[in-house]
Amino acid sequence: MDDQTRISRFERFFVPHLDAAYNFARWLTRDERNAEDVVQEASLRAFKFIDSFHGDDGRAWLLGIVRNTYYTWLKRNKVAMLAVPFDEESFDSGELEASGDRCASPIDQLLQEKDAKRLVDAALERLPEEFREAVVLRELEGLSYKEIAAIAGIPLGTVMSRLARARKLLLQYLRQAQES
Amino acid sequence: MDCSDIRNRLYAYLDQELELPSAMEVDRHLASCEDCKRAYAEQTALRSALRSHATYHNAPSGLAQRIRARVAPKDERKPWFRWHQWFPMGAAVAATALLSWTAAIQYASVGEEELTGERVIAGHARSVLTGHLADVASSDQHSVKPWLSSRLDYSPPVTDLTGAGFPLVGGRLDYLDQRPVAVLVYRHREHMINLFVWPLQEGARAQAVHSLAKRGFNVLHWQDGGMAFWAVSDLNAAEMRDFAAAYAAAK
Repeated sequence: MDDQTRISRFERFFVPHLDAAYNFARWLTRDERNAEDVVQEASLRAFKFIDSFHGDDGRAWLLGIVRNTYYTWLKRNKVAMLAVPFDEESFDSGELEASGDRCASPIDQLLQEKDAKRLVDAALERLPEEFREAVVLRELEGLSYKEIAAIAGIPLGTVMSRLARARKLLLQYLRQAQES
Repeated sequence: MDCSDIRNRLYAYLDQELELPSAMEVDRHLASCEDCKRAYAEQTALRSALRSHATYHNAPSGLAQRIRARVAPKDERKPWFRWHQWFPMGAAVAATALLSWTAAIQYASVGEEELTGERVIAGHARSVLTGHLADVASSDQHSVKPWLSSRLDYSPPVTDLTGAGFPLVGGRLDYLDQRPVAVLVYRHREHMINLFVWPLQEGARAQAVHSLAKRGFNVLHWQDGGMAFWAVSDLNAAEMRDFAAAYAAAK
């Protein structure tokens, strides 16, 4: 494949999805500058491996690369300790089971508040990253569970349980924010 | 039925990602359990809060250019910015056309436009998904045009653009904004382009050419000769501009 072809493939398959790539990186890194670094590096990788891209879905491929780049970047920058350590399997959701039993529906009220945007963003930022990435791909990119599974390299069932747990945590965070 | 088991499945149920038997179990349970019904309402509210309030961080302007500068060595980068040289004839005409469209600018409300853009994307996606690309499949503009005008109260301009790399595939009727509209279908390599055409309403405000990118689709909208044009495809923005330029040049 000559460079001209690679460049035009890159323009066609990846450039249209830069917003998606940046949004994903921005939510993973929680920082603008780092997000741009990750996206630039991911794009270089995408360009390098563009010969091996045979699919139709440039977005999913690019998001997968962004994700891998992020985790490599995290290791290299040794900021892994800043990420919230989280033992997914031993995570006990029992205390949250009762959440639906409260009489008031705080989330409905939250939607009325003028700082709803800030509260929702803050809750999402607080999520452990493996949950955060699933929520961002699902709710902001509108991807199916199958697509998320492919991007994150995890089984479908894990996507389902991560999303379910993520949402319980989000409800918990939102309530805490409201009470304080 | 165990409530905690149902609770764990609620969001996947909401996302319509459960297998049918599992979804039916949740259905049945929700019909009889008030607590789970409340939890379900709460999950629905959470989802809509996420979708309407969580920030979507668009890429900063200039990021695409910075990336281009890094992926392609300088001496090989030039051809990118010479796309117009691929159609030296068309470009001059297109540039003039673009300018004259732009001359009469006044923006209509953005919300309304986004909505039309969404509808156009939906129409395109629907036709690709169902494989129903054209009601009249023909590369002959002289058979597509009369077919469309005999079914509509207007006659859309139909031109085959094979010479510019966008062969005409056919025409179709779609239903948009409570009226039937003409859709011209073009192909570029393996990609389909739908060009929605309808007459502007009387007193409609003039608008500049503008583009919109959503869910992997690119939309380009322009007005010309009393008609509104909405082109949609999964081609990239530059190729969409090439298409619009070719269309304008062939008119």
